Amino acid sequence: MPAIVLLLIWMVVPLAMTIYFSFRNYNLLSPGQGSWAGWFNYVYFYTDPAFFQSIWNTLVLVVGVLIITVIGGIAIAMLIDRPMWGQGIVRILVISPFFVMPPVAALIWKNMLMHPGYGVFADIAKFFGAQPVDWFAAYPLFSIILIVAWQWLPFATLILLTSLQSLDGEQMEAAEMDGAGFWSRFWYLTLPHMARAITVVVLIQTIFLLAVYAEILVTTNGGPGYASTNLVFLIYRVARLGFDVGGGAAGGVIAVVLANIVAIFLMRAVGRNLD
Amino acid sequence: MARAVTTQTKVGNTVVAWIIALLIFFPILYTIITSLKTEQEAIAGFSLIPSFTFESYQAVQSQNDYFKPFMNSVILAVGSTILALIVAIPAAWAMAFNPTKRTKDILMWMLSTKMMPAVAVLVPIYLIFLNTGLMDTRFGLTILLMLINLPIVVWMLYTYFREIPGEILEAARMDGATLWGEIWYVLTPMAVPGIASTLLLNIILAWNESFWTIQLTTTNAAPLTAFIASFSSPQGLFWAKLSAASTLAIAPILIMGWFSQKQLVRGLTFGAVK
Repeated sequence: MPAIVLLLIWMVVPLAMTIYFSFRNYNLLSPGQGSWAGWFNYVYFYTDPAFFQSIWNTLVLVVGVLIITVIGGIAIAMLIDRPMWGQGIVRILVISPFFVMPPVAALIWKNMLMHPGYGVFADIAKFFGAQPVDWFAAYPLFSIILIVAWQWLPFATLILLTSLQSLDGEQMEAAEMDGAGFWSRFWYLTLPHMARAITVVVLIQTIFLLAVYAEILVTTNGGPGYASTNLVFLIYRVARLGFDVGGGAAGGVIAVVLANIVAIFLMRAVGRNLD
Repeated sequence: MARAVTTQTKVGNTVVAWIIALLIFFPILYTIITSLKTEQEAIAGFSLIPSFTFESYQAVQSQNDYFKPFMNSVILAVGSTILALIVAIPAAWAMAFNPTKRTKDILMWMLSTKMMPAVAVLVPIYLIFLNTGLMDTRFGLTILLMLINLPIVVWMLYTYFREIPGEILEAARMDGATLWGEIWYVLTPMAVPGIASTLLLNIILAWNESFWTIQLTTTNAAPLTAFIASFSSPQGLFWAKLSAASTLAIAPILIMGWFSQKQLVRGLTFGAVK
């Protein structure tokens, strides 16, 4: 089948090249210097202080966004699921941020909302007589977490809502008649029912959150210093801005290893559904 | 049996839900409002009432040739999706109707290719594009986007095709349908909704792809993602213009997205949540 052949080539060739380059001294600024480098690129990457910071930033970004979107998603999904007027429109409004392309989302937040001089947040702060915050200078990583969480909250909400709608209403009613309060119903009925959907949300979002790039590029450009540089952005810096092919490739191999650890869990969760 | 809901609770639910929904939607709403302001109004402090001028929309076209990146986005998103469908339909069809022992393995392997972080192959893909003249071409990027989304397309089609009952084909055969009659009158109508959903979701994903489109384009093939990202450089405070460009960039996809909520859940969870 052509699909399989194409994917096989797509999967194997670039990856093999990445591994090959990761063992070469290869800088685009000094051509003709391609020589065997051994583990040099890995050691170089590993001893770079920016490396551990970028790994840490990647973790903080992924976990931070997951916490906000899963808890927020559960709350909003349960709210939307209740009887109300204009439910269809509420749904549409809530899921909309997901369809906004990353550069647009990030620039809207950077300029219109978080700008220390003219942003809406600054206007609100001034209204209350407070000093406006320069978000991207003072809390660069947190600001990016906020933007990315805004983009992914709709996804979590939508999937959790879909799962919530398949919850057995009669069972809920019976529990209520037996005198179960809101929290015990939530804890013993709703949450276990959503467990699978929550797992899926966490794993799929993790794949995409590990790859956050455009949001950083247009807001902080990884800075100040390396304060908001994640692994993707660090590799981009080394390979594209530093023209260091070997170093970028070594970073790429490390990224593959990390992603695979996550992937193994996802494959198990999704694979169960195939049978 | 539905529970009796008092009007009071319903009013409460409605008010809280609308406030939260509007808060979440606010950044988009404010962008649309700002796009209808003049540049002076845009930085003049918080205001929800614009002067309803379209000068920013005219400005992005006349000063930045907005139509070009917009068309690039259309060509890349639609082109890569159609290409992916052509490659994926036979594969998904075969796996859904003639599954073998290895079908599941192949599907899982396809899923695993999606897990490969794009940045891991940034170096080789960049060099290949540089050395083969594919850099900044729509052709190269279309092929790349097709490959990136191929696993999702195969998966989605597979989960849809699998729901077509095989018995219906036997029934048609019993009634004397020819092979082509079978395909044309029985299978095609049943497969169309699945193919359409896949098409829709994939266009959304390709339209918003913001790693490769920024890495591999400069001017010629740059779609809206790269075009908007270029606004981040210190171009000054042209917020009304930025808002106009942003509104036009997200409007088509937003509307498509509203129509494909259900498919989105299915497609992005690889059928794990329906």
